[in-house]
Amino acid sequence: MTTISLKDVKKSYGKLRVIHGVSVDIHDSEFIVVVGPSGCGKSTLLRMIAGLEDISEGEVCIDGKVVNHLEPMDRNIAMVFQNYALYPHMSVFDNIAYSLKIAKTPKSEIKQRVQETAELLQLGDYLHRKPRQLSGGQRQRVAMGRAIVRRPSVFLFDEPLSNLDAKLRVQMRLEIKRLQRKLGITSVFVTHDQVEAMTLGDKLMVLNDGRVEQFGTPVDLYQKPGSVFVAQFIGSPSMNIVPVSEGQRLPNGAVVDHMVRSPQHAGELSLGIRPEHIDIDPTSDVRLLIEMAEQLGANTLIHGVLEGSTAPLVVSMPGLHTLQSLDASIGLRFQPENCHWFDTGSGNRL
Amino acid sequence: MSGMVERNGAGTIISHVGLIFGIAIVCFPIYLAIVASTVEQKDIVSPPLPLLPGGHFIENYKKALLSGVNIPVWRMLVNSTIMAMGIAIGKIVISLLSAFAIVYFRFPLRTFFFWMIFLTLMLPVEVRIVPTFEVIANFGMLNSYTGLILPLIASATATFLFRQFFMTVPDEIAEAARVDGAKPMRFFFDILLPMSRTNIAALFVILFIYGWNQYLWPLLITTDPEMNTIVMGIKQMFPSGDDLADWPVIMATALLAMLPPVLVVVFMQNLFIKGLVDAEK
Repeated sequence: MTTISLKDVKKSYGKLRVIHGVSVDIHDSEFIVVVGPSGCGKSTLLRMIAGLEDISEGEVCIDGKVVNHLEPMDRNIAMVFQNYALYPHMSVFDNIAYSLKIAKTPKSEIKQRVQETAELLQLGDYLHRKPRQLSGGQRQRVAMGRAIVRRPSVFLFDEPLSNLDAKLRVQMRLEIKRLQRKLGITSVFVTHDQVEAMTLGDKLMVLNDGRVEQFGTPVDLYQKPGSVFVAQFIGSPSMNIVPVSEGQRLPNGAVVDHMVRSPQHAGELSLGIRPEHIDIDPTSDVRLLIEMAEQLGANTLIHGVLEGSTAPLVVSMPGLHTLQSLDASIGLRFQPENCHWFDTGSGNRL
Repeated sequence: MSGMVERNGAGTIISHVGLIFGIAIVCFPIYLAIVASTVEQKDIVSPPLPLLPGGHFIENYKKALLSGVNIPVWRMLVNSTIMAMGIAIGKIVISLLSAFAIVYFRFPLRTFFFWMIFLTLMLPVEVRIVPTFEVIANFGMLNSYTGLILPLIASATATFLFRQFFMTVPDEIAEAARVDGAKPMRFFFDILLPMSRTNIAALFVILFIYGWNQYLWPLLITTDPEMNTIVMGIKQMFPSGDDLADWPVIMATALLAMLPPVLVVVFMQNLFIKGLVDAEK
């Protein structure tokens, strides 16, 4: 049973503030993914939970106990690093066993626990090897093993999959998810990859420039993005954001489908619509001038601009299409239930 | 690798002639020393100098090793070994620790200390020899191993090299060790030291030879022949006044003086190659 709570945690390097007050409660055995673009402070936040980075202001509590001034090992956390950080001169066995050795665990118990961990991660045959004799995926597993063997109360992952190739990444993603479910250990996972975030997390925290943009379940974030930033960050390809002027007019003057109702709002409006939520309707006034077609297999991404304007728009069409097989322009219909409205100035959801 | 320069008959011959000529120039004095250490005193002093080895090899070396001129050579070899090992090991230990401090700890005046260490590069033994002698003499360390080793034991070069190496070790390794619960010295012994072993081997070779070849410092502080090191001891073998120089024994001593550094290089080279084949990262 482990909960983590951050209370208005801030981090500054001299005068430069990189984390502007993050507060969040993480429940027992929850898998939280912190996601954001590079430089948004997500790794710093994780390292503050780990105890590798000082906390400038605020409190980090693990199980209700303030751990601000505890060494990493006293927080009972385990961390998996991006480059694995395996000890190059030690065998896989020694790498996994190192923390137990420091804790002066009896030899027989070390052996047994390392064996168990190795079996869990299918590393049994590699225990005597050195890290350099392992493939990327195996090294990743050793790093996981090093974390698991201590039976920590919290797992911290710092972009652990970004050094793997695409196929292995998907496989390890599933494996991490499966392990976390099985062990039921509260976990915080940092990544810049929104697909990883969507698939792994029980809850996502979208971080932008040291501030929490939104915290919620992946489905919540996808269906009800709280801001333009989240809307464009979550989901691939990212959401179209189109400025809309009075009378529901798009930049090219066409009126959005009468079914789509804009909220009452004084400021300027932006309409957000995901590429997969735009249908083709030859009778529509809203027309897209096609510039490019990307074939993804199951569907085709059509890139273009709204006819008569320079506003870019991406549409996802089922099936395979090429520029030649399509007309120069197509009519579009936005699915009314999937339209999102944002205040253009603040970027907040309306 | 063989494709770098076109191979043809003339090229091969010319390059071989050049190389053999160069080697001959370098090796001829050593050859002369070998010859001189195998003949009798009278063969050397009467011109022409003999160019072929004589039959007194065992006799000359036995004389050098067991009785020498002032003191048996085996004694000087022992002294030299102790001094060279002391300097090499001492320098490695001290520079490992100071590089560890400079790279992994934040303490006041850290950069200042680094530059102070670096500055000592500009002060070789010869420059600071008078004050150093004064200090050692006042401490009563003349004619002692401590006096031979201590003034030469700090090394800015080695500190700098280890610093550069430690800086290439990813920060995550230190952090992983911290998360695993390793305290700084534990991290140093369990992780940093084993990772530096090829660097240590390389430095040991260089520093051993540096220590072995010390000449001026032992010459100054050892007045007792019992404490002579071999490199300076050779000089002490030259007679003062009208005595005759015992050239065969001096030459045998010179060759014996060359042997340990050669052995260290040959032996450590194996370790080197092992280290390179075993290369981590």
